[in-house]
This record gives sequence, C-alpha cells and structure tokens, in this order.
Amino acid sequence: MTGLAQLTRHRLFWPIVALVVLLLASTLKSHGFLEVTVRDGHLYGAPIDIMRRSSILLLVALGMTLVIATRGIDLSVGAVMAIAGAVTLTQIASSPDPGAVSTVAVAMLTGLAVCLVIGVFNGFLVAVLGIQPIIATLVIMTAGRGIAMLITGGQITTVTSAPYKTLASGFWLGLPVAALIAGFFFVVVALVTRRTALGVLIESVGINPTASRLAGVRARTIIWTVYVLCALFACIAGFLQSSNIMAADSNNAGLFIELDAILAVVIGGTSLAGGKFSLTGTLVGVLVITTLTLSITVIGIPVNAVSLFKALVVIVVCLLQSPVVQHKLRARRRQAAPVPVEVPA
Amino acid sequence: MMTEPHTTPIVEMTGITISFPGVKALDDVAFRLLPGEVHALMGENGAGKSTLIKALTGVYGIDSGRIVVGGVDQVFSGPAAAQDAGISTVYQEVNLTDNLSVAENVMLGHEIRRFGLIDWHATRKAARTYLQALNLDIDPKSSLSSHSLAVQQLVAISRAMVVDARVLILDEPTSSLDSDEVARLFDVIRTLRDQGVAILFVSHFLEQIYAISDRITVLRNGTLVGEYTPEELPRVELVGKMIGRTLEVLSELEGRSERAVVDRSGTPFMQAVGVGRRGSIEPFDLDIYPGEIVGLAGLLGSGRTELARLLYGADHADSGETLVSGESVKLRNPRAGLAKSIVFSSESRKTEGIIGDLTVRENIVLGLQAERGWMRRVPKKKADEVVAQYIEALGVRPANPDAIAGNLSGGNQQKVLLARWLATAPKLLILDEPTRGIDVGAKAEIQKLVADLAAQGMAVVFISAELEEVLRLSHRIAVLRDRHKVAELINSDDVTTDVVVDLIASGGTSA
Amino acid sequence: MATDEMTVKARKQPEPKLTGEVHRSRPTLDRRYLPVLGTVVVLALMLIIGGSRYENFLSGRVMANLLINNSFLIVVAVGMTFVILTGGIDLSVGAVLALSTCISAWMFVHGWPAYVAIPAAILAGALIGWAVGVMVHVFEIQPFIATLAAMFLARGLCYVIAPESIPITDPTIIKLGTRWDLGGGWAITPSGLIALAVVVVAFVTLHYTRFGRTVYAIGGGEQSARLMGLPVARTKVLVYVISGTCAGLGGLLFAAFSSSGYSLTGVGMELDAIAAVVIGGTLLTGGSGFVLGSVLGVLVLGLIQTIITFEGTLSSWWTKIVIGALLLVFVILQRLLVVRRR
Repeated sequence: MTGLAQLTRHRLFWPIVALVVLLLASTLKSHGFLEVTVRDGHLYGAPIDIMRRSSILLLVALGMTLVIATRGIDLSVGAVMAIAGAVTLTQIASSPDPGAVSTVAVAMLTGLAVCLVIGVFNGFLVAVLGIQPIIATLVIMTAGRGIAMLITGGQITTVTSAPYKTLASGFWLGLPVAALIAGFFFVVVALVTRRTALGVLIESVGINPTASRLAGVRARTIIWTVYVLCALFACIAGFLQSSNIMAADSNNAGLFIELDAILAVVIGGTSLAGGKFSLTGTLVGVLVITTLTLSITVIGIPVNAVSLFKALVVIVVCLLQSPVVQHKLRARRRQAAPVPVEVPA
Repeated sequence: MMTEPHTTPIVEMTGITISFPGVKALDDVAFRLLPGEVHALMGENGAGKSTLIKALTGVYGIDSGRIVVGGVDQVFSGPAAAQDAGISTVYQEVNLTDNLSVAENVMLGHEIRRFGLIDWHATRKAARTYLQALNLDIDPKSSLSSHSLAVQQLVAISRAMVVDARVLILDEPTSSLDSDEVARLFDVIRTLRDQGVAILFVSHFLEQIYAISDRITVLRNGTLVGEYTPEELPRVELVGKMIGRTLEVLSELEGRSERAVVDRSGTPFMQAVGVGRRGSIEPFDLDIYPGEIVGLAGLLGSGRTELARLLYGADHADSGETLVSGESVKLRNPRAGLAKSIVFSSESRKTEGIIGDLTVRENIVLGLQAERGWMRRVPKKKADEVVAQYIEALGVRPANPDAIAGNLSGGNQQKVLLARWLATAPKLLILDEPTRGIDVGAKAEIQKLVADLAAQGMAVVFISAELEEVLRLSHRIAVLRDRHKVAELINSDDVTTDVVVDLIASGGTSA
Repeated sequence: MATDEMTVKARKQPEPKLTGEVHRSRPTLDRRYLPVLGTVVVLALMLIIGGSRYENFLSGRVMANLLINNSFLIVVAVGMTFVILTGGIDLSVGAVLALSTCISAWMFVHGWPAYVAIPAAILAGALIGWAVGVMVHVFEIQPFIATLAAMFLARGLCYVIAPESIPITDPTIIKLGTRWDLGGGWAITPSGLIALAVVVVAFVTLHYTRFGRTVYAIGGGEQSARLMGLPVARTKVLVYVISGTCAGLGGLLFAAFSSSGYSLTGVGMELDAIAAVVIGGTLLTGGSGFVLGSVLGVLVLGLIQTIITFEGTLSSWWTKIVIGALLLVFVILQRLLVVRRR
C-alpha cells in the first residue's frame, strides 16, 4: 500500500501513465502499432517513428529545461531553428559541391556560430541587462524569422546533399540518425550537468538567486550559459528539421515549437518557477507529446483536435503543480508531523 | 507602573496568545492604547512586536485572548476589515504604488465620483485637504516617486487618515529617514495625537522613542515585560528590559576566564579604513586580527548587518579602503570576499542563506563548489567526507545528508550554513545573528564552536542582538548606533552589559 | 465628501481628454510619458520619411486604411493593455479571436440570427478570459502558462467547430466592413468606428473609474495594492475577462474583414498585440503605460507594413526585422527607465 502510494507520488508517475495509456489505446485500435520490423536492414514501426519524430522536440526541450531551471524561459528557439536552417542550407546551396561532407560540415559550423551569437545576445539581455526572459527572447522570436528570410532571400531554399539528408533520414546501426543525435546530446547534457557541478549550480541559482550569489556562485555567468546552450540545441534541432524536408522554410521551421518544448518541460515535472530540473522528465514529456500527436491519428481523432488534448494536459498538470493545490495536498499528508517554522519577527 | 488612565482605551488586548508550529510567538500578552496618545512598542527582533500588530489588524488569528476596539469585541478578518473599524497601518516599506500620483495614492479606492466616473478635480482637491492637514504642501498631481521617502511616508499617513482612522499604527516609519525628516514626521504625529488619534509607534531608535512617546510597552521573547512612562524608564533600563539581562541557561559557557589573549602586534587579517556606504553605514575603521572574535553590539537597524556586508563584499563600499593581510583589496562582490578566504553568513537564513529545495549535502558543498567553479565538481568522496565531518562536528539533525535543507529546523539550517562556510577553510568568518530564533541547546553549541574556531586562529566577526552573547564570546566589541560605529572596547571583566548598554543609549558620549 | 462646489469647478475646468496623455499643462514632462513620447516620435518620423519618399503616402486613403485594416488588432491590443498593466500577459488572444470567428460563422451557417451569434462569440471570449483569470488568481498559475493553455484550448475548439474555413454571408457582419466615404480619400468602416469606441471606453475605464486605477495600482505592486485595501482578486480576474472579450470582439471585426470563420485565423497575433503594447510604451512589468500608446503601437506596426509595401523593392520580411529591432530598443529603453527610478 505504502509502496503504491510512494509510486503515485513520484513526479513522473502521471506522465508515464499518460504515455502508457496512449500507447495502449493506439495498440487496441491498430494491433500492429507497437510492432517493429526490419526492412532493408533498418528498423521500422511506430515506436521507431516516435523516436525519430521526438528528436527535434527533445533537442529544443533539453535547452529549455536548463533555461527554465534558472527561472527563465526562451521563446526564440523556433526562430533560431529557422535561422539555423537558413544559414546552413544557403551555404550548402551556394557551394560548388553540395554533396561533399566538408561543405556540409563547414555550413553547419557556420550555422552553429550564428546561433551562438544569438544565444549570447539573449543571455546578455537577461543576465546582464536584467530584462525579463519572456520579453528579452521575444525580440529574436519576432525578428528571427525575418532574419532567416533575409538570408534565404525569401525563398524556400532547397538543396540536394546526401550527407545533409542523412541527418534526418539516415539510419545507423538500424536506428534513425536523428534519434541517435538527439539521444547523444541528451546523454551528454545529462552527464555534464550531473557529473560536473553545473546541474546543482543551475538549480541553486533557480531556487534562490540571492543566496546563491552570497554563496559565491557566478549566477550571471550561469544564466548567460544556459541561454547560449539553449540556442545551440535549437540550432541542431534546426539542422534536423531542415534536413528532414531538405529545405529551409523560414516561415514554418520550428513554428510554435517553443510552446511544445515548454509544455514538455512542465509535464516532465520541472517547475516554471525554476529550481530542480529533471532531464528524464523532459524526455518523458517529449515522448508524451509526440505519442499524443501520433496516437490521435491512429485512434481516428482528427489531427486538428491535438491542441484540445494538449490544453487539457497543460491545465491538469499545472493545476496539480499549483501552489494552492500542492499546499492542500501537503497539508493532508503532514497532519501528524508539523514542519518547524521560524518565529516571524 | 503607570497609574490607571482617565480615558477608556480605544484598543484593549488581553491574554493574547499566538502559536506557530513549535513556537509560541505571543504568550499571554496584554496591550492597551488610549485615544490621544503615542504609545511605543519596543522589543528586539523576535520579541513579538510585529505579531502583536498583525494580531490587532487581523493578519493573524489569535489562539486565545480578547481584542476590544472602541468597547466592542472584535476579530478582524484582515487589514481591510480593520480599516473599516478605524485602524490604519503604515508599514516600514511604504506600501503605496510609486507609479501613480500623490493624489491617487492618497485617494485610491476612495476617489470622489460623479455619474460613476472619477471626478479628478474634486479628488485632487480632497487629497490636497488631507495632505494639508498634515502640513504637507505638495502638488497632488506630482508623481509619488518624485518625492523623498519621508514625504512618501507622510503621504501614506494621509492615506491612512482618509478612512477616518481612530488608531494609527506606524511600524518603523523612521527607519529610512534622516533627522530633519523625522522631525517633520513627529510634528505630524503630534498634530494627530492632539486631534485624539491613538498612535502605536514602533521604532528601534531610542532617541525617537523618548522624543515622541507618551507610554512604552516592552515585549521580549513573546511575553510582556511591562508598560511604562518614559519618565519612569531611563534609557539604560529600557535597553536592559529589551535585551533581557539575565540569561541563566547558558551559564556553563561563562568562559570569561579562559578567554585567550589575542596577539595584536602583527598585521591584522583585515583592516577597514574609512569604509562606508551611503545610506547604509557611515564610514568606519575596524581591524580584525587572526584568532580574534570581534563582536558588533547595537540595536537592530544600528548598521551592524550593513557593516558586515561591506566586509564580505555582499554590498560594495563607496568610500574607504579595505586591506587583507596588509594588501589593499577591492571587494566588489561575494566572490571577491570568498577568494580572500572571507565568508559571511547572513541573518536571513531563509532568503539569503539556505537553498531550500537542495539537500543538506548540496547546501554544505555549495560554498566549496562555488570556489572551484562548475567544471571541477567536488569529488564525491571528498564531498561525503566533508559533509559527514561537519554533520558530526556540528551535530546537524537529522544527520542525513540527503534530507531537504528547507525542512530542517532553524538551528539545524544554521549549522548547515556554518558547515558550508567552514568547509571552505575561511580565515575570516562573519556571522550575522547565527543564534537567532534557535533553541538554547543549539545556541550553546554554536557559541562553543565559534570560540574554538577563534582559538585555532580564525578571525571572527560576531553579530548578535543578545548583548550577553556578544560579551561572552568577543575579545573586542565595536558598538554601533544609528548607522555609526560609536565606540570600540577591548573586552575584559570590567566590560559589563551595563557599560555597553550605556554606550548604545548615549551614543558613545558618556563612556 | 463630493461637495457640489468641488464638482462644479471640475466642470468648468475639464480635464484634458483623449489627447491629455501626451499633453501636459505643466512645463516639466512627467517621466511616465517618455516611452509614449518615444512612440510618437517614431510614428512621426515614419510619416515624414514615408511622405517624403513616396507619392500619395500621406493621402487620406492610405491613412484611413491604416485604421481600417488594423481595427481588429487595435481592439485586441486594448484588451492586452489591461492585462499587461497588471503585470500579466495574455497569449491566448489570437486563438480566442479565431474561436470567435469560428463560432459566429458556425452559428450563421446553422441559421442563428446575428443578435444571438454575435453576443455568443463575444461571450465565448469573455468566458475563456474568466477561466484564465481564475487559473492565474486562485491557482497562482503563471499568466504565461495559463494563457498558453487557453490558447491551445481555443485553437482546439476552433478545429472542432470549423475544421474548414466557413464563409460568412451574414449581412450584419458584412456591413461592419462597408466603407463610408468621407471625401478626400478618407473613409471609415463600422469596424473602424467600433475600434475607436473600444479605445474611448477603455481610456475612460482606465482613467476615470476605480477599477481602472486599481489596475494601475496592482501593476505598481500587488502586495501594496492588497494592503491598501483594494479589490485585487476581482480586478485581476476582470482584466483577463476584458482581454478575452476584446479578443472575441476583435474576432467579429476580423470576420468582417475576411468574410469567413477559420481555425487558423490570427496565428501569432498575440505577438503582434504584445509588440504593439510594448512599442506603445507600456512597461511589461506593469503599472505604467497608456491605452492610447497601444493604439499608436498598432499604427507603428501598420505603418511599417505600409512603408514596406510602398518601397516595393524591400521584401516583406523586413517587417519582422524592423518590429524586432523596435521591440529591442523599447525594451532596453524601458529597462533603463526602471533602473534609474530605483
């Protein structure tokens, strides 16, 4: 009994239940849903599809998790994706040898450099000038797509480049390259935040900026860093997205992905008020959102109703997280053992 | 005690008891307020002044006791209900909105309307009337933020009068005012008093209490010490009553005889020469030698915290020079202090100390980690060692490194903070009220620890509202008053609380 | 307390009306007006540059279109101003606007008369606003997330109601878009008049009612407002209701403009509205700003588009870049003002 109670109290319990329910519902509707087959040496099937489709959102949500942990938010990620695609594809397209690996590598490095600048810019506005994160990142969110179009000359730049195409469509060891890339960065961030002190310092700044500063933590540098990281991950997501369609579509690349990413982070149990973050939670959140979209089509609900379901998920999760509800739950739980409270002066 | 008043009290509180989990914030406190008097409520931090005010204005519910206002038993649901009964409160931080005009701040919620719309002309005129009643001749259309804090404070009082206040509570209204501004505020208070308003006045400045009060009620540790007239209560006695001169329980630490002699022949670890910061502490000189405990004595608001913050670099000084081991240094931010092996434990454990949602282990290692930077994580083995060592040495309960720090009791949080700083092997340890609000046992342990650390050669700056404690621990005592360092004395058996209380009360002139 | 003498005097010496926000009787300029003044300068510069570069730029037709084509955005921005003045934000306005077009279109198709369909569409907006207000105030959910949820909800409802674009043929809605010629190329539509009326009502509400002043007081400091005994809870919920209602009304104006109800209407319009409010000099931290500033903000956005159209060689994406740059300038300017005030 207590074991079950503890399990239900785990912050990932309900998101995982949601994920399982979605998968079960899809399987009931379409019996082969969870089947994975081998075709041409690659794995095929809905689970693989979910992995592949999740990769872009996962990359964006990864950066978003770190930003949100510092009490921030980054609205510019979608625009950054558009810019990344625009810069890279324009360069590949204008090169004499678009199919060469070196061309693609140089183009991608250029894209990363441009996004790095954007991240530095966002971080400067937030960490140095002290502008609210929502507004600071709204600037690039608004101007970013314009810049992307400026780079592509308003065209949807298309390219033919086998190495670039591999990013989104290729398979390696039977698995989609896109999923491997996202998985790689997920592991790297998890390792870096948890093996170095970065994770705990980010949480410390997010929980109590004043106390962290007095403890000697470089709060400003940390906040600046997470915005740079967030832009870089959005950039890589932009590569995957543009590689997927082999085109830089400045208007639609990563449109509204910032909202999905924030949603994934919140579903994963990281509070928008900053502090403790869970990368695993974010991964679950991303899977829930991707599966939701996929399952809904399988189950036969019109794709367009997805946002209605998303709304319900956000509302339920946020209500459960809200201080008022939390307080009531906690009060019920702690009836017996009062928490020591300091005497108000 | 004062003779029975001739008039009926407008407010009469009897047997007020309020408990917070684990603590009795007020224990059977009685308080009365007469029409046409200025009544000072005195006590150190945690004495229960604010709690009493909040009980009166309905912010807190009372566990037992009676509140009678104007002859009627009352239990207010909140500040708005108290206002309706004629009780207005003006808080320490001016609770007005500085984005609006003076007239609006005075009249918000009471604007004069015509056909349902605000008649600005009439509203401003009414505001001007209220302002002029307090001899405040400012343009009602001017923006509130264009005026000094003193004027804003007076505007807040004008606002309080709009609701026809019979009782006006002024909670530390003078903490950010200079002497001319205080004089002006006092004129207003006297005018209101003469009109029959009952005024409850809270301040930490003794001079002001004696300048304005008709009666004084003293609280200590949530209990009533007594009600006095200023005439029958000399300053020295007042301070004595606030601080509480008998501390029986800690007698085992009565370690005056074993106080080591500090060698002051060498270079001080830290020298502050004319260091000050406008608006928080006047320039001061202070030397701190290795192995020495320097106590800062002074009432709340005397500048003791501000002084300590400058020594660490939590705020940066705008005058003077700081030398560490004889070398001039600039302490611009906490990291600079940390780099010089100076650490500072803030008096606000909750907001400036503990990172609530992190574990005890993470909290303890944080200082060490901040020093090393994010890339060089403190190795797990070392972290475990350090954490175990300090949990053991300081007796942190529960002795579980994975407990969430925010759930610990105040005393244990304080120990966690101490552990955080001690783990960085500091040369100067600045402790601001490390023993406030924690139980007697933990207090004694922390005092003993501080004495031991100094004996091992660490320089310590020790701040406490409890004079006994400062005297017991310190080798040298700097006395502060009204944001000035007014005296400095070498501790000896001749230095008694009376001597220090005298210094605080007189401002260093009679010592 | 309001003696007759006082009020008689008040009528003799009327307060400056609509233009009063930028006109001052005192010679020194109140700092509160600085951001709005910045907007006025930007607007004037754009008019001068446009007028000197292109023929017919300052014609009645162009100027009238500026108002007519942006009437729905003006209404939405007015609602957004209320929310932002309290220190909140409303991301749901674009979706609520779309929902309003869908509901009205659906009801018309199903034979409901205009006097039912129109109030229903507006009421839907008000209801969503109320739900947001409750989430923000009672459950202390950040406005950003609460309105994000409302945005998904409204969008989802749109798809359910109108998966495809539904044409609107109702005469009442169509009439909203009729141009009434005023001579000299100037013209006005009922939509434009409604937008102007909304602005006037909003102005009066914000500046001449206790509710309006409470909105400013909350933006100046919610805790202070509560201690001053102001009705904080009611006001905070109400601003979201107002924003929702404005978005609902904006949807009807947009329906008149596009003659259809479509679920993808107004995608990203919340950002335009926020940008207009910020460029109009309202502080996003709340407490400072004017509804007329937001109108100027919308006109600046409209003028950017007009200039780019006139320029011909300039590509449309410059609109976004210029808006972003203006946003940056205004945000930094506001930040400096706040820092200096402290």
